[in-house]
Amino acid sequence: MQVPILKQGPFLIATIQAALTDADLEQLRSALLERVVRFRSLGVIVDVTAMDVMDSYASRILLQISHMIRLRGTETVIVGIQPEVAFAMVQLGLTLEDVPTALDLEEGLAHLQQKFATGSGAPGP
Amino acid sequence: MDIRVTSDKDVVHARQQGRALAIELGFSASDATLIATAISELTRNIVTYAGSGVVSLRRVTGPTGLGLTIEAVDQGPGIADIDRALRDGYSSSGGLGLGLPGVRRLMDDFRIESGPGRGTSVTVTKWHR
Amino acid sequence: MAKDKQESREATQPVGDAAGLPRSDTTAALLRELVAHLRQNRNLLREEWVVRIVEARLLTAMTREEIFAEATSVYDSYVEALETGTFEALQAYARNLSERIIPRGVETHEVVGIVLLLRDVLARSLFAKYQADFEKLNRILDAYEPAANRIANTVAVGFVQERERVIRQQQEAIRELSTPVLQVRERLLILPIIGVIDPQRARQLTEQLLRGIRTNRAKVVVIDITGVAAMDATVANHLVQTVEASRLLGATVIVTGLSPEIAQTLVTIGVDLGKMNTVGDLQGGIEQAERLLGYKVGPLG
Repeated sequence: MQVPILKQGPFLIATIQAALTDADLEQLRSALLERVVRFRSLGVIVDVTAMDVMDSYASRILLQISHMIRLRGTETVIVGIQPEVAFAMVQLGLTLEDVPTALDLEEGLAHLQQKFATGSGAPGP
Repeated sequence: MDIRVTSDKDVVHARQQGRALAIELGFSASDATLIATAISELTRNIVTYAGSGVVSLRRVTGPTGLGLTIEAVDQGPGIADIDRALRDGYSSSGGLGLGLPGVRRLMDDFRIESGPGRGTSVTVTKWHR
Repeated sequence: MAKDKQESREATQPVGDAAGLPRSDTTAALLRELVAHLRQNRNLLREEWVVRIVEARLLTAMTREEIFAEATSVYDSYVEALETGTFEALQAYARNLSERIIPRGVETHEVVGIVLLLRDVLARSLFAKYQADFEKLNRILDAYEPAANRIANTVAVGFVQERERVIRQQQEAIRELSTPVLQVRERLLILPIIGVIDPQRARQLTEQLLRGIRTNRAKVVVIDITGVAAMDATVANHLVQTVEASRLLGATVIVTGLSPEIAQTLVTIGVDLGKMNTVGDLQGGIEQAERLLGYKVGPLG
């Protein structure tokens, strides 16, 4: 299943809509990288609201996306992690350390807008 | 319920079946997520290290009540140093190495049998609170 | 204890042979006689019992009328148990009574006390009645005592079981109550943790907080652990996981009231305190939270 990626101004929004296989996740990683380059995006939001499981593999791919994109000066925000999913993640030791997170899409966009409006970038939560 | 695991699609299928069974057995949404996540980790280990295997999901009864047991069995190369594999930060495929210790934390009971050339069998149980 | 058992074993057998008495003079017959006596003197004995209860300052949470009403029911169930040798009715009554009096603060020793008093009142009345016939008095007491012990035991056990059930229920309720997630300002939650944290409570607390973050759309959470005296490594790990899980939902956690002992535990299990957002006290934590949220910091309204 392909993850739709929407361009909204200087930002890209990838909305995961169903459970993803490893191959789907890898496909998302290359698609996002390609588009960040193509559109010179300032920020990327990955909306994982629909993910009911975030295991070590999915978490690793999200970290890779964030780190690779950061090399181009672009910030990734992961939004919509569900409470139960977060609980299971920390039991597994998956904390997505140093990747900004936000409650939902709206919050994620607010975070990016604030960061790029002030230029230097306010530290996100 | 036995599910044959040979690809990443089976990983998704197995954890969805596991979540459905957990809900059916009356586990909370939170516990069902822990169970589904454990299944995801165990079946991915099968795909990554052994290529194929079987995961069984079973309803069990113990002294404290109902439980759900996951048994992941493969005929892969097996694990030479189990103690080491159960320590955080170790993985023979160079990944994050959080698989087995993490699964152990997600579940209540944990048992592993493995050895070089003998395949691997991991049995874990979550008890109804 | 061993003596009691022996007594009850003897009591179930005809005591006649050894004493050279007629076979018909069995325990059952003695108990029948006893029951008849207790029925005949019901009003008198019941009244005396209530006086003794009041004198002994038992059941102080109840009025004299209430004590009298309950005493009547207990007395009748008691006599019935002696008569029939079955304890189900008494047991049911004991449970029902416990259910009613436990919420009023009646203690285990009071319930045991009143049953022992009744035993005493009845024994005294048997002394008075049979004092002329010492041998018969002895046989009556032999028949009465094991039954009386069993009754006292039944009532006390029924009470304790009911009390335990109530305590378990209350503990559940307290668990829920003692982990309140408070919203003090828009997008700001406070979680004051008080008391002992065990792994089960730690987990409940985390789940409650995570749901709270989602429903209140919180951006900052202040977890105040001033009220937590001690924390072992397992619970400290839970605290760290709570902080990490909250961040995954997009909320920043500030931990306040960290005692030097708990800080030591956290360092011992390998927590980098530099990465954890800690502030000395709750007030300071709220002020920092308000700064993070962009509020002008002033005294709490």
